[in-house]
Amino acid sequence: MEVRSLRLDDYYSDNTIICRCEEITLGEIRELIRKGYRSVDEIKRISRAGMGPCQGRTCRQLIMQEIARFEGKSLSELKMPTFRPPTKPIKMEILLGGEKDE
Amino acid sequence: MIKTDIAIVGGGPAGLCAAISAASQGANVTIIEKASNLGGQLIKQTHMFFGSQKQYASTRGIDIPDILMNELKKLGSLVNVMLDSTVLGLYEDGVLTVEQNNKYIKIKPDSIIIATGASEKFLAFPNNDLPGIYGAGAVQTLMNVHGIKPGNKVVMVGAGNIGLIVSYQLLQAGIEVKAIIDAAPKIGGYYVHASKVRRMGVPILTSHTVKYAHGKEVLKKVTIVKLDNNWQEVPGSEIDIDADVMCISVGLSPLAELLWQVGCDMIYVPELGGHVPVRNQELETSVKGVYVAGDVAGVEEASSAMVEGRLAGLCAAKNLGYAKENFEELKNDCIEQLYSLRSGPVGEKIRAGLSKVIV
Repeated sequence: MEVRSLRLDDYYSDNTIICRCEEITLGEIRELIRKGYRSVDEIKRISRAGMGPCQGRTCRQLIMQEIARFEGKSLSELKMPTFRPPTKPIKMEILLGGEKDE
Repeated sequence: MIKTDIAIVGGGPAGLCAAISAASQGANVTIIEKASNLGGQLIKQTHMFFGSQKQYASTRGIDIPDILMNELKKLGSLVNVMLDSTVLGLYEDGVLTVEQNNKYIKIKPDSIIIATGASEKFLAFPNNDLPGIYGAGAVQTLMNVHGIKPGNKVVMVGAGNIGLIVSYQLLQAGIEVKAIIDAAPKIGGYYVHASKVRRMGVPILTSHTVKYAHGKEVLKKVTIVKLDNNWQEVPGSEIDIDADVMCISVGLSPLAELLWQVGCDMIYVPELGGHVPVRNQELETSVKGVYVAGDVAGVEEASSAMVEGRLAGLCAAKNLGYAKENFEELKNDCIEQLYSLRSGPVGEKIRAGLSKVIV
């Protein structure tokens, strides 16, 4: 192991990816929080964070941590997003075909 | 619309045990599993289990699904299994919608046991999207299920049981583990696992976190940094480690979206990994007929998940009118097993968490 000294203040640098599915960075999330979007649902609607294949399972908590830090709250005080079907992205044609019984 | 007495969402350790115990009481059950096989995360756990004989102690995790499948087979037509099937929604009227091979299916069970498990938490640090950065559980799947070596030099982030066990299995596969780091001042996992990797020369650095990942196309180097008592970085304490793999093992969060959808009362309990449902001793949530078992009810271990599965299965069956004369005996046995698994200093955190959600 090599030891070295870094003096960087940007540990959570703005280019850090928060939502991998939709490629939303921490900088973008922080900008939205500054503009007044203070819930996961609001941030999702304006940026698409959490709307990709994993449906927010990776980024939801990271976004909530960022809101909590900004507002000086704990995670338990924050509003959770609304959970609706479907739990994963599906093709419209699956629904169009209607229900297929055995 | 498919009818069944009890639909069980998830065919991992909790779901399989729920199916066995509910069907043993005479209920008709349907297991709905997203993957192409049953067993959940057991299928990659090459280590031996702890606990007692009843939770298959000294048996390797990978051998447990076969034991459970044999129990299931004996129950014959009472057990239906749907593989490659993802539950898309759970509605107020108790209807489940399922996608299976591009087909849309509705199921109307009389009761539901949610045993969806948990997913790996992720960390925010610059370049966290570089190839070579994985969840520790994902690396375990890659190695032990698919036989693929993830790389050559690993930094493990997280000294809980998953981080420690996966580190050991990486060493078994001939991969160098450069260091295990953890932001907490203490090792979170069992010392029996920690000692094993320490004896093999792997440093465990507590009070350290990831500061940067370096690399253009793939991970080349990891910069870690020491944290003080207030979780703040200690200036000048950065260490660079050459690595082509970083495993993130910073905890699991319950996969609870179906519980949210159907309107269960949920509480944020950090000791249990995040938002978990309020439930009674029988593992029934605030929504009548909706039960939980395993990590979705609070992140623990496969041993307790299996016992919770048995308990939820028994109680769900009984509340539908299926109970044999051994019901009380079996139920009390499950409760005693859970009590014993959660006893002692190791179970302190879990007990503290559960005291907030059991009504």
